[in-house]
Amino acid sequence: MTQPTRLLVGTKKGLFLLDSDADRSEWSLRGPFCETWPINHAVAHPETGVIHAGGGNEWFGPAVWTSPDGGTSWSHSSEGIAYPEGQEPVDTVWSLAAANGHIWAGVKPAGLFRSEDGGTRWSLVDGLQQEPTRDRWMPGGAGLILHHILLHPDDPEQLWIGISAAGVFHTADGGATWEPRNRGTRQDYAPEEHRYAEVGQCVHSIVMAAGMPDRLYQQNHCGMYRSDDAGRNWESIEAGLPSTFGFPAAAHPSDPETLYLFPLNGDQAGRYAPDGAAAVWRTTDGGRTWAAFREGLPQENAYMTVWRQAMATDRCDPAGVYFGTTSGALYASADGGESWTAIAEHLPSITSVETTHALA
Amino acid sequence: MPSPEGAPETVPVRVTLPRALLQLFDGAPSAVELEAATVGGAMDALDARWPGMRDRLCDSRPAIRKHINVFLDGRRVTLDTPLYPGAEVHVLTAISGG
Repeated sequence: MTQPTRLLVGTKKGLFLLDSDADRSEWSLRGPFCETWPINHAVAHPETGVIHAGGGNEWFGPAVWTSPDGGTSWSHSSEGIAYPEGQEPVDTVWSLAAANGHIWAGVKPAGLFRSEDGGTRWSLVDGLQQEPTRDRWMPGGAGLILHHILLHPDDPEQLWIGISAAGVFHTADGGATWEPRNRGTRQDYAPEEHRYAEVGQCVHSIVMAAGMPDRLYQQNHCGMYRSDDAGRNWESIEAGLPSTFGFPAAAHPSDPETLYLFPLNGDQAGRYAPDGAAAVWRTTDGGRTWAAFREGLPQENAYMTVWRQAMATDRCDPAGVYFGTTSGALYASADGGESWTAIAEHLPSITSVETTHALA
Repeated sequence: MPSPEGAPETVPVRVTLPRALLQLFDGAPSAVELEAATVGGAMDALDARWPGMRDRLCDSRPAIRKHINVFLDGRRVTLDTPLYPGAEVHVLTAISGG
């Protein structure tokens, strides 16, 4: 069944919202919101549809913007999004997750904050600052950023986070203590003896398989992986892909075997679509085999990049799949990723795409 | 204006604010008359009137944000800079590209 869908598109110059009709064939665009601040990520609360958008402004620092009414009115706050005096200040908000009465915000330099009042006041999740391996975390190209927050669907105490370049970490006690979960993921950029270290991996994206909280997929700077034990062990599933490098991953909304990627040509080769021809790669068997889908995507001179958080699926059947490029194009598929349409082409550089059917 | 024991005496000053900041706070004017002893005190006074404004202008080091410039008598100042009666404090956004 299909239904009206809203896309939340974070860009270098504000947040944009796109709303579809019931069969997702027509889209209307509004924005830019958030006073054209760079917005790294935006989510909608799954029940209320309240929108939260996180980012940071060169002048005014980090903040989370909130709209209770689908983008008509906005407020912003960073109350409590701060490290103790004397430490390097929080630069920007990079990731958000909302559920169970909490909103989580990941920031640069890497840290996690939580709001229990809808995004007005925030408190530091200090357990992550005390994580014992922290002195071995190294910033990636975009800095030491906490760019993914993955919530357990049934247990509000459990979450996974992704930090570049520190890796994946898991908490089972609401953030009080954390455990690295990087076994089996490699660091091609490290000396041979450190290639499979406890931490230091450059995770780019982590997503959860539908209905299987123990199955996670990870696009890493160095390979593509699946875990069937909640991230304790990872297995390479990159055979059959055109490259080991890419940024985003998006899980199918109902089939745990199906995943979408946008592989790039390599970390030292320009980081664009291989051969300048855009393709979304899909597996329907948990990563054993892969197929490329190109219909509707540019196949010549398309030197596009899709960032870590800029690919998403909706909850419809057939699934809608969406991605946004650093060159400001937004593509949509209404048939599970097999054919594509550009639904916006001249936006600012896109940093994130999320979907919701909860329309406030 | 009375001040807490040991704190410098506050004085009346005028603070001008940049347009990009005013867009974030409904009703904030481009020039504000307030009482403060230092630039940091002026930030606190702004925050009391428009909650959250200090966060936009200062970080947690604490210091004036890197790309915000605060001028007094043509010179860049810090949060500790003392103010005198009638001082004109100018808050400006630094030039930025992209």
